[in-house]
Amino acid sequence: MTAAPDLSVPAVSARAQEVVGAHHSRLRRKRLILAALVLLTLVVVVADIAIGGESLRIGDTVRAIFVPWDAPVVDTEIVWHIRMPMTVTGILVGAALSLAGAEMQTILNNPLAEPYTLGVSAAASFGAALSLVIGVSAIPVLGLIGTAGTAWVFAMLTSAVIIGFSVLRGPHTETMVLLGIAMVFLFTALLSLMQYVASEAQLQQVVFWTLGSLSRASWPQVGMLAAVLVVAVPLVLRASWKLTAMRLGDDRARALGVRVERLRIVVLAGISLVAATAVSIAGSIGFVGLVGPHVARMLVGEDHRYFVTASLFSGAFLLCASSLVAKMIVPGVLIPVGIITSIVGVPVFLGLILSRRRKLWT
Amino acid sequence: MDLTLHVERLGFRYGRTPVLHEVTLPEVRATEVTAVIGPNGSGKSTLLRCVAGFHRARGQVRLTGSDVGRRPDGGGILYLPQDPPPPSSITVFEAVLVARRIGGAGGRRQDHEAHVAATLTKLGLDEFATRRLSDLSGGQRQMVGLAQAMTRRPDVLLLDEPTSNLDLRNQLQVLRLVRDLARDQPAAVLAVVHDLSLAARIADRIVVLHDGVVHSSGPPAEVLTAEMLGAVYQVEGTVQETRDGVLTIAVTDSL
Repeated sequence: MTAAPDLSVPAVSARAQEVVGAHHSRLRRKRLILAALVLLTLVVVVADIAIGGESLRIGDTVRAIFVPWDAPVVDTEIVWHIRMPMTVTGILVGAALSLAGAEMQTILNNPLAEPYTLGVSAAASFGAALSLVIGVSAIPVLGLIGTAGTAWVFAMLTSAVIIGFSVLRGPHTETMVLLGIAMVFLFTALLSLMQYVASEAQLQQVVFWTLGSLSRASWPQVGMLAAVLVVAVPLVLRASWKLTAMRLGDDRARALGVRVERLRIVVLAGISLVAATAVSIAGSIGFVGLVGPHVARMLVGEDHRYFVTASLFSGAFLLCASSLVAKMIVPGVLIPVGIITSIVGVPVFLGLILSRRRKLWT
Repeated sequence: MDLTLHVERLGFRYGRTPVLHEVTLPEVRATEVTAVIGPNGSGKSTLLRCVAGFHRARGQVRLTGSDVGRRPDGGGILYLPQDPPPPSSITVFEAVLVARRIGGAGGRRQDHEAHVAATLTKLGLDEFATRRLSDLSGGQRQMVGLAQAMTRRPDVLLLDEPTSNLDLRNQLQVLRLVRDLARDQPAAVLAVVHDLSLAARIADRIVVLHDGVVHSSGPPAEVLTAEMLGAVYQVEGTVQETRDGVLTIAVTDSL
């Protein structure tokens, strides 16, 4: 049994009013930062759509996006049929990975946690390799869902194993992380086996898949990820007080009335679905799920009412910016975005850490 | 009839290691503070966690009285852990607001914020309201923990060494606040306290726990004796009462 707050309002002293005012001014600052982040993401999104093999001027791009009936057919064709699918995939995959990382860090109380900590990426890569090398057409269900579907099934399978263990043995953070590491080793070994038996052409396909790319997503897949996010984000936001309390430690969260074990398992199941769907569409894109939440934390702190939204947009921003860089490094060559996220992102992130006096996690 | 906490024949073991044996406490009534004392490993914190429902223990924990379940604010038992909230980028205001909002508390946002601000002001934490927990000392975070408990206005407050990280002035302030909270709320307070002199100051009743069993219980003057110090703590000491009725414990064992 835990205490519930009384709803009577105490007489508010002038000093208490000042305290509320100071809190509100901090909230206003957070909202401004969030607005700036959203704006910055929009700028990067437009730039990502404008730049490519046939670059468009920003003004033309904006016109083709917002008033396509007024824009030249060539521009609308490029914007809506060539660039937009990749950019929308980038926005959604970035947001999904960052959200999954934010909640993984929260429920595991671990700044190093990310969507791939529990083996989701390794399992998805193995699933994709299995589909590409062995061929799964003969296997019922897997044969129908193709490479992305097989990757998704294996990503969910590894999550199911960890969730199953957590339900049976209790969702202890150390056990969950160790199990995740075991899953990463297992599926990395199985992926190596697939690569070993693959033909040269198959090997090339497997390597390309594991590098992570925004170019292979289909609209139905993107729609599926959007649907998963539409369900997951409100659920996470609804639990935002409880998730904020998780950062006060298990004991204190429990004392305040949070059913810590239950919340940990439910959130794990939800973010596994989000991460598995994102990875099965875009392959293993590292760094975004780890760093997106840290950038969000630096910007707005850990009140989940703001942290969740900031994580979504910082992830979308990071991936779209990486996609932009991937197109600009070697003109005419589209480098897989998974390579760029790490090569460009790591120095930027290190710079952010070194420029701050405050610790990253605490 | 006022609200009363009954703890009867409580038994608990960690794996095969028994920790509590048939622990029955004197009734803990609203407006009263009961201190649990005892040497390290005597089962004090485990006792609190069992009463809070964190551990599945044998025995009974009951709340009785006409007030139970009738308070519009719900009441209930609130356990305050020994460790202060850890450093994080959550602000003091947010940390206390979280404590208030969890559990689906209704009411207007402004009212919750006003309540939090009033609590912080009462505890002298108002100047830290927008500071991050990571910018505070352990003692200040301990006070934030207490603010979290106060803003919930529980029927029963279980405190696990509420003054362990505090300096002398803040120890006294916290004890005073706990006493006020018990009286004004009213709430029944069960607190684990290491410092026997502080226990004597804060408590209406003291329970001495030794090796998982209740050694003695009663008003401080009856329980805090040289014999108890020898039998439970294995130290030689004296208990003196000052002219204004304050009990002080002096250990006479040489180092």
